[in-house]
Amino acid sequence: MTANTWTIAAARDALKKGEITATDLTMACLTAMDAGDALGAYVHKTPEIALDQARAADARLAQGDAPAMCGIPLGIKDLFCTKGVPSQAASNILRGFRPEYESTVTTRLFEAGAVMLGKLNMDEFAMGSSNETSCYGPAVNPWRIDDRELTPGGSSGGSAAAVAGDLCLAATGTDTGGSIRQPAAFTGIVGIKPTYGRVSRWGIVAFASSLDQAGPMTKSVRDAAIMLGAMAGHDPKDSTSADIPVPDFEAALTGDIRGKKIGIPREYRIDGMPAEIDALWHRGAEMLRDAGAEIVDISLPHTKYALPAYYVIAPAEASSNLARYDGVRYGHRAKLSHGDGVTEMYEKTRAEGFGHEVQRRVMIGTYVLSAGFYDAYYNRARKVRALIKRDFEQAFAAGVDAILTPATPSAAFGLGEMSQADPIQMYLNDVFTVTVNLAGLPGISVPVGLDGQGLPLGLQLIGRPWEEGDLLNHAYVLERAAGFVAKPQKWW
Amino acid sequence: MSIDVETARRVAKLARIQVDESDLAALAGELSGILTFMEQLNEVDVTGVEPMTSVTPMRLKRRADVVTDGNIQEAVLKNAPESREGFFVVPKVVE
Repeated sequence: MTANTWTIAAARDALKKGEITATDLTMACLTAMDAGDALGAYVHKTPEIALDQARAADARLAQGDAPAMCGIPLGIKDLFCTKGVPSQAASNILRGFRPEYESTVTTRLFEAGAVMLGKLNMDEFAMGSSNETSCYGPAVNPWRIDDRELTPGGSSGGSAAAVAGDLCLAATGTDTGGSIRQPAAFTGIVGIKPTYGRVSRWGIVAFASSLDQAGPMTKSVRDAAIMLGAMAGHDPKDSTSADIPVPDFEAALTGDIRGKKIGIPREYRIDGMPAEIDALWHRGAEMLRDAGAEIVDISLPHTKYALPAYYVIAPAEASSNLARYDGVRYGHRAKLSHGDGVTEMYEKTRAEGFGHEVQRRVMIGTYVLSAGFYDAYYNRARKVRALIKRDFEQAFAAGVDAILTPATPSAAFGLGEMSQADPIQMYLNDVFTVTVNLAGLPGISVPVGLDGQGLPLGLQLIGRPWEEGDLLNHAYVLERAAGFVAKPQKWW
Repeated sequence: MSIDVETARRVAKLARIQVDESDLAALAGELSGILTFMEQLNEVDVTGVEPMTSVTPMRLKRRADVVTDGNIQEAVLKNAPESREGFFVVPKVVE
């Protein structure tokens, strides 16, 4: 097995023992990256930066001053601003943009010695569930069952494809309505969205600021614990970042969940859910019961209204956040005709620079925030959001430690298959994940099995706020019980 | 809620996105579909519920009102489509 297939934990141990150098590990990943172009995962490769960082990591390792992430090669989602490196949010409106600053998350990872291999594909401004709204063209799922190309999910589709295809050891993702957990489930990897405020949003291109949260996408639960520890922590530059200590998440992986109470929310049993997913959900509950947890039925009565509330709130925030793309300070500016003024510059620039889905969401957001509709849509959605959050609070107050649900309503679908469907059909991908963003809770997707066609399926665990350690421990138990070791057959 | 062509034109204008006249009808149809989906929210009894404003119950941090950075004009202008003599350049705004 070449080193690019390793987990973070395995690589960390091998680096510390001197069984491999960070430079050789990075070279193995760069080779895999270059051989993996058919996956469309990397959109800007940074081999020189990677090798510089790897050499620096080797020097630190030699001195014995090496944190866990030292020398670990990562892919970075294109949504993160990386100094001097294109950071486009997969949008034409940011073509040519090279930030003069580094996001807090990448700063922390680099300070811990991590290596950046390149920037990863995604849906434009993280708006999409299939990576098909990307200005670069879609990333492709390493998993396939016939000659069709399947989506790796979205919006962190490039991250998911790169991790599942072993084009890196792990990747950063971001999750506004399911953008870490859904692609993780579609590609058979682990993805955690932390509690809102756990990871700094500074330097991450904003989509919906009250919902956005970054997290790791990894090959194992242990890796997620290690990498989250390096990403998390208070940042004065993000006013919503929590000023609380970051525990040792890896140390929380005891494998002991005896006496824990796992809630099974009845409202997540939706119409038309494939029988295989229902069966997987049952099996997951049995695994946790066999490990000594108590399984209880719970009710989260406002679940049904999460998607419509999300599709008011997220576009409303997006319409405000994306107002900054005006052709003045950075990115694309349209060619103007004689006599065009500043308004024409804005309108033409935004029409040329934003793709169809982004335009649609900005306009929906504009409408729900406009005079006369603000109360009917936006304020009502925020009230429903408060009720969704309260549902979870009541479940936790009744003693529930974690909630188990399916991660997605289906396995990965074919690229292009949803192109004729109305937008709502695509939005339904987020039906199990979006509640977690609305309530600000931590959620993790764990690969648990393959469907009848041979495609990976995941389950989601939802935890109490700030209890990522406990949540990861539940995920660790589920991972060990499920014993998911399948890998996609290499075709690229 | 059904969005007509006139409303679609107004929303596009507010969002500062140029939409061709021939595309407005299709846009109106798409927006109507999404808004109809959102209308499920009207089934929920929200009497006495405060709109959620903060995701986690925390007070926003304060800091002393002092300059913490600056003197980075070059960096600020680095990515501008057009700049001159230390300023962003835009089409003429005042006649």
